[in-house]
Amino acid sequence: MIEFVLLCAGLVAVFTTAAITVILVYESLGFFEFVSLWDFLTGTVWTPLFANPSYGILPLISGTLTVTFIALLVAVPMGTIIAIYLSEFAGHRVREAVKPALEMIAAVPTIVFGYFALLFVTPLLQDTILPNLPGFNMLAPGLVVGVATIPTIASLAEDAMRAVPMNMREGAYALGSNKMQVALSVVMPAAVSGVVAAYVLAAARAIGETMVVAIAAGQNANFTFNPMEAAATLTAYIAQVSLGDLEHGSVAYRSIFAAGLVLLAMTLVLNVAGHFLRRRYWKAY
Amino acid sequence: MTAVMQPAVERPDVQEMRRLVAAGKRNQLIFAMTGLACTIFAVLVLLAAFLDLLFDGLPRLSWEFMTNFPSRRATEAGILSAWVGSAMVMLVTMLAAVPIGVGAAVYLEEYAKKNWVTDLIEINVTNLAGVPSIVYGLLALGLFVYQFGFGESVLTAGLTLALLILPIVIVSSREALRAVPGHIREAAYAMGATRWQMISDHLLPYSRGGILTGIILGMAEAIGQTAPIITIGALTFIAFLPPAPITGEAPFVNFAWLWSEFTVLPIQMYNWVSRPDKAFQLNAAAAGVILLAMTLVMNGLAIYLRYQVRKKIKW
Amino acid sequence: MVSIDLAVGGGATAGAEAPRPPLKAEARGLDFMYGDFKALKAIDMPIHQNKVTALIGPSGCGKSTFLRCFNRMHDLYPNTRYSGEIRLLPDDVNILAKSVDPIEVRMRIGMVFQKPNPFPKSIYENVAYGLRVRGVRSKAVLDEKVEEALRGAALWNEAKDRLNDLAFEMSGGQQQRLCIARALATDPELLLFDEPTSALDPIATASIEELMTELSARVTILVVTHNMQQAARVSDYTAYMYLGELIEFGETDQIFIKPKRKETEDYITGRFG
Repeated sequence: MIEFVLLCAGLVAVFTTAAITVILVYESLGFFEFVSLWDFLTGTVWTPLFANPSYGILPLISGTLTVTFIALLVAVPMGTIIAIYLSEFAGHRVREAVKPALEMIAAVPTIVFGYFALLFVTPLLQDTILPNLPGFNMLAPGLVVGVATIPTIASLAEDAMRAVPMNMREGAYALGSNKMQVALSVVMPAAVSGVVAAYVLAAARAIGETMVVAIAAGQNANFTFNPMEAAATLTAYIAQVSLGDLEHGSVAYRSIFAAGLVLLAMTLVLNVAGHFLRRRYWKAY
Repeated sequence: MTAVMQPAVERPDVQEMRRLVAAGKRNQLIFAMTGLACTIFAVLVLLAAFLDLLFDGLPRLSWEFMTNFPSRRATEAGILSAWVGSAMVMLVTMLAAVPIGVGAAVYLEEYAKKNWVTDLIEINVTNLAGVPSIVYGLLALGLFVYQFGFGESVLTAGLTLALLILPIVIVSSREALRAVPGHIREAAYAMGATRWQMISDHLLPYSRGGILTGIILGMAEAIGQTAPIITIGALTFIAFLPPAPITGEAPFVNFAWLWSEFTVLPIQMYNWVSRPDKAFQLNAAAAGVILLAMTLVMNGLAIYLRYQVRKKIKW
Repeated sequence: MVSIDLAVGGGATAGAEAPRPPLKAEARGLDFMYGDFKALKAIDMPIHQNKVTALIGPSGCGKSTFLRCFNRMHDLYPNTRYSGEIRLLPDDVNILAKSVDPIEVRMRIGMVFQKPNPFPKSIYENVAYGLRVRGVRSKAVLDEKVEEALRGAALWNEAKDRLNDLAFEMSGGQQQRLCIARALATDPELLLFDEPTSALDPIATASIEELMTELSARVTILVVTHNMQQAARVSDYTAYMYLGELIEFGETDQIFIKPKRKETEDYITGRFG
């Protein structure tokens, strides 16, 4: 009896996934009764709330991809270097100090980062190197999401590197290598699938990020890859429409589910890829 | 000085070796410095965010701020409805997430056999950890708000966040359970305990530190969530409090508050930050300071707890 | 303490004795500490040039610890301390001195490990690794040295058509020979083998032993083995160690047929260990 109750607790997870899938698909199907799939996937104008609405999803996708790309541009190099540094160079005390600091970055609610992006980073950029930067843009949230993602990459990549057996490192040292050579030409290649998994999972998180972009990137769906412009991401759109008055069952209501389905599909693909990369990696050692 | 090895008859390239070693040392130093610099940069950005928030928000904090409702006048606005709402939602979240999360963890660690059902559950838990938080909001909108008819209420928000933090609670609890060595279980069985008796009398007490850590981390995650709450329709201008759960008249406990409309701290912050008026932005900062303080305290508590648990373990 | 005959330098000594082979290295009063634990106690041992010297003894006797002093492997770990000397000849320099950079030592002294540890690279790149670390860039030179090293490790015929395949795809015995080739590519003066065949099957073991004997004509070899028969087959000199001390050292034939110390005899005849 108790076992059954506990099993039900476990099945809640399965139920949740099922419910998410069913709801998103169901509402999206309702959406696609009004909007052709072709227009949706190829249209470059997204104005569902206008009197004469247009439902091309590409602007939301371009917004999402641009912000994610900028975030990865920041997080991948820095996260990787930090991971190598922590795994191969840093002494025990440095690691003990740095790891909690990185965990703290990961613990900050994203709305705080949203505030920071809008009211500190954008003005900073405007005052220093980009005077023509509009108040809402994709650069500032991209950079901030990037920094917020560094802990993810650093900790997953570092785990991957630390799992490389000492035996292999000793082999490299025994040939007269110094630490940097061992780190770059032996440990990194050995850890590569774990490290790439870290990048992929970080990308999934950047894509799913809502508050930073909702606050700092603006809310106007804009089909562009130029970070100096304002744009909306899939996540920001869903948030924006939810704040307004949503008539249950209307096309606008259903559009957020369609956007949500696209979002889920993108993150799912990345998460599964990341999962398999990590599995393949752990198997090797 | 260094360089004690003299060029030998059979090793004319020792000088070359020495040059390479020195060059390697230089490159290494540069690399290590870069690594340290990147780390410091990331921490500095964090610090800048904190300080920015503190600088703007701290002056605005006051007793009035904590006890006022939001208002159209920025200087009179406060976060009363927001933090009360957060507290209520957190209560529901905890009451839902703890039994389900710990229960699922116990099932997976102690009861589950190696079959497809177990695999299915595990795959789903891993999967759900990667689902964007706003998708949970969409789930809640479709399921709790409309399908189940809970409406845009405290109950809906609590259940949604409970589902969101479920993976965290499950994973931490499983680790805590796993850390208890086999001989404790065996000793209990040897005394004739049933599986459930072993779990409730022995396993859970031993692992409660780790489980508690997981719960605190989950709650810390939940308290800062904005996106799913937006989606289910938390209102941003709430100038009332949900009905009190405990009243002076029979039956002393009422559940009307669960169905009440509400707001939470991050939503209030979001609403204020979106206004072009600088005064409201300061309010947002102040709300953010409170939110950040709570998050950091909870995370700190969890880390401290984890440390204590690790120290105390003397199997 | 044990009295050991040392022969230094080339050339015959006067008298009826045969000329002793020159030394490549010599340990003098070597102590080694892991934290507070003294793992090696006052070891004096000669390593003869172009000969195979075997280190035998029961588990935990310190033979691997001693071996790893020669290429400063212990420097990679904290809380380790050397005292005493290992002098490398003909420079006659103490390679354990703090003023000597361990990387330089490792460029001159190579090591083959117990568990084959090829890098996640192609066969060619594995062998070329040591050369690249020394700044060799010319493809012609690399090609030539890689071939030479693979021939020296008796791997050329098996590898020459698959130089760009991943090293991991080779069998255990082949991987170990690859590691030997990798170490040979940089013309080491002294080659250290740490139980090189304990992870291999008997056929692979036989081929490695054969290789060691061949290589000793060109390179001085110091090998740790837990297999006494292997030591008897392969080495010219044998050292018996126990609990961090050198109990006896001598020519292999002498050690195995007529050991001077009772402890040695007990170990060799299997009375313990």
